Order: sequence, then structure tokens, then C-alpha cells
Amino acid sequence: MAKVPVQFTLNGSEKAEFVDGGTTLLNALRDKIGDTSPKGGCHQGTCGACSVIVDGELRLSCLTLAETCNGATITTTSGLAEGGVLHPLQRAFLDTFASQCGFCTPGMIMAAKVLLDHTPNPSRDEVVEALSGNICRCTGYEPIIQAVLTAARANSQNAA
Amino acid sequence: MAIRRGRGVAAINYPTGMNLGGDPTQALVHSTPTGNFMVTLSSVDLGQGMKQIMAQICAETIGVPTDRVVVDTADTDTGPHCMGTFASRGTHRAGNAVIQAAKEARQVMLEVAAEELEVNASDLETDGQGNILVKGAPQKSISIFDVALSAHFKRGRSISGRGMFLIPRSYPEKETGAMKPSTCYAHACTVAEVEVDDETGEVTVLTVKNVFEIGRALNPKMVEQQLVGGSWMGISHALYETTEPYYPNRDHGGTDFNQYLMPGPGDLAETEIIVLERPSGDGPYGAKGPGEMCANPQIPAVANAVFDAVGVRIDTLPITPERILRALKAQAN
Ligand code: FES
Ligand code: FES
Repeated sequence: MAKVPVQFTLNGSEKAEFVDGGTTLLNALRDKIGDTSPKGGCHQGTCGACSVIVDGELRLSCLTLAETCNGATITTTSGLAEGGVLHPLQRAFLDTFASQCGFCTPGMIMAAKVLLDHTPNPSRDEVVEALSGNICRCTGYEPIIQAVLTAARANSQNAA
Repeated sequence: MAIRRGRGVAAINYPTGMNLGGDPTQALVHSTPTGNFMVTLSSVDLGQGMKQIMAQICAETIGVPTDRVVVDTADTDTGPHCMGTFASRGTHRAGNAVIQAAKEARQVMLEVAAEELEVNASDLETDGQGNILVKGAPQKSISIFDVALSAHFKRGRSISGRGMFLIPRSYPEKETGAMKPSTCYAHACTVAEVEVDDETGEVTVLTVKNVFEIGRALNPKMVEQQLVGGSWMGISHALYETTEPYYPNRDHGGTDFNQYLMPGPGDLAETEIIVLERPSGDGPYGAKGPGEMCANPQIPAVANAVFDAVGVRIDTLPITPERILRALKAQAN
């Protein structure tokens, strides 16, 4: 099959790869570029584990073709920490024990980040709504909801 | 037709580990040249936090900070034998094996320190911060770092230990069938409040209040984390989860995450968790296995609450709207 060139910005650095036509963004990120923070839970759009941020929007990378991301700006959970300092969401997930096996965690953090980018002080219902496309098998969700609310509070305290 | 409220209670006791052909787990502990400690296991951490707990147990036994311990559960081909991570046995079985291995390693460590300090090993103690001190004369001390260097490069000793924990197989008595399948039991009690719509059969769990008796909570925050998740799973078992809704017929079984239902973040019941600690006699530092039992008492509690609400006994799981409506219809006839 003919290879397709794709170029995008991933977590602030330029990436250029040749991928098979039809390669998902998830597979391109994991297998070609080596960013394994997005997880493949179902490969059919039902679990949210593969969530990434493309041009500011939450996207399921398993349902996104890599070739449609030319020129895009992509953020994954592995790009959130800056200089060894965890992102407030990562810190909050640790502090509230919101991760057990951790498989859902990167997708949850992506969904939460898009929420907080648009709605810095969300209500509990808004958090629930934002996480409702992401499945967790371990935590019972409550600690994850608490993590997002905690991160939102930490952000607003820093801003104040 | 109305929304009816009910409350149900249930209590369980739950064995830690199981009566196989004997239930063993083994562990090895050794120090690196710089006085860090390595625990080698075949037991697997699948998200429940076993690595953290084993690191705590090893650190506590040897007398070093937890971050000086690395737990390797990499490979069941090469690690010491473990029956597996199941039946809530990980902390109890592997923890006991790690204690034994760590004690043996600690003894060698103290012997090397004794040679360096020219004292008797039985006069030494650890401060938990990485130092070995002479009892009653703490100014006379040596770091575990220096002890490990000495063992490796000067004295030719291996600071290491072997650990083994075995619950022997229990055979039933021929006359009575009595046997001892387990040596320690965790306990739990749940009160669940539900609303049942007697027109649609739909059940909403309003509150779940759980008390868990789990021996010693070796890491209280991780125990709580597991109990919160487990309580939610119990409701999921009670009301939603099955691969064969018309067992043994596979028809209509869920085939993906869209069809295999579990409560989502918008379906959570108000949940309360209370932990009672009654250290077990044969558990590592008093621990029992809270893993699986935490998802059990919610199931009969919800079934009892449904009975309290609408007067029908559903004895097949999950308690679906269809089962409730069929039972209500049978009751009316
Ligand atoms: S892997 Fe993309 S939604 Fe599950
Ligand atoms: S922590 Fe295991 S799936 Fe969420």
C-alpha cells in the first residue's frame, strides 16, 4: 500500500512520518512515533482510553485517521508535565488516588483538560458530563470526579 | 404505578486465598551494592497496588525507607513461584513470604554491620532511615549504604533472603465433610437504599453504606481506593453486568463496551465506606485480603432492598427491569 506523509506538532515538537493509508492516529502515535500514553482499549470509539487533543478539541484517536491530522497541533498526556513538574491534573489524580490500573487515566486526563480549558470552574455535573465518554473498570469514577474538581480548585487558586 | 423505596441489608465473610493443592507463594530479597533492596516475585500487580504494599512490607521488615525497595514482578518463568494474584491472596501470601525473605536478608545485613562496627549483631538496631545503630549507643552507627558496599566488595557476603509461605492443602473429614479452606476471613456489611419504578422495573440505587473489616490496612488510602471501586462494582454486578442475559443462551449478550453495561460516572450512588481494623493472626503485619470481598455485600443488599420496595425476590443476577417486571406479573396472578 502506498505510504502517506503526515506532519503535525505533537506536544510542541514537529513530527513527520510516512504511514499506510488508513492508519489511525492512535497507531501512528503509539507504533510510529512511540508515544504510548494514548491507550487502545476498544479501537472502536466506545472506551475513551485513546483520547487526545487535536487543535484544542477532544478526539478519539482510534477513530481519527492520521492522514487527516496534517498540520494539526496534537496534545497527549505525555506532553503535560513541564520540566519534570506534573500538570495540575496529573498532580490531582495522584493526590486523590484516582488511578488504579491506570489504563483509563491518560484518556480521563485528556477529557478533563479539554473541560478545564473551556470551563475552568466546572460543576460536578459538568465534570460527570465531560467524563461520560470514558470508561474506567477500577475506581468507580468518584475519585476521578474528585480529581478533576480538585485540579479546577488548584487552578483557580493559582490564578487568584 | 409508582416509584417505590426499599432498604436492604446484607453481611458476608470472605476467605483470603483458597484451598488448592496447597497454596504457596515464594519471594526472594537481595540488596544492591548501594544498599537498595530488590524483591523478586512472580505475583502480579494488576492495578491493585501489590508492588507498593510489598515494598512497604519489605522496607518495614528490613528497616529502610520504602523508596529504597524495588519490587520486580516481571516474569513468572524466572521469578520464585507464586500460585497467582487471585482470591484476594496477594497481600496475605506474598506479604508473608516477603517478610520471611526480608528477615533473612536483614540478619545478614546486621552480621556485616556487626563486623564493621566490631560489635555483636544482636546488639544492633535499624532506625528506619537507612542506618544501623548500636542499641543504647546510637552515636556508634553505620549506614546501610556502607554495609552493602562492604558486603559486596570487602567481605564477600550476599545480603539476601529466601521467603516461603504455604497454606497446606486441607482435606475434608470423611464423616462430616468439615475442612479448613482458609486461615483468615475478611468481613463486610452493606445497607443499600433503592428506588424501584414498578411500571418500568428500573432500579436506582440511592445510597450504599458499607463497613469492611479487613485486618490491618497496610496502606489506608489504597485500601479506601479499592473499597470505593469495589462497592461500585458490587452494584454493577447486582444490576447490570452479564455476558449471558439468557444463560445458557448467548443471544443478546453484550459484545463491546456499548452493550456490556456498567454504571457510568452519572449513575453513582451516594457511597459511604467505613473500615474496621482487626489485625489477623497470620497476616503480614495483620493484613487480610480486602480485594474481592469488597464487591460482594452490595449484591444481596440490593436484592433485599428490591424486595423491600416491591415485594418480589429476584434470585438471578443481574436484577434487570425485565426480571422485576416478570416477577411483579407473576406475583399479581
Ligand atoms: S480505543 Fe478509542 S475509544 Fe476505545
Ligand atoms: S484505573 Fe483501571 S480502568 Fe481506570
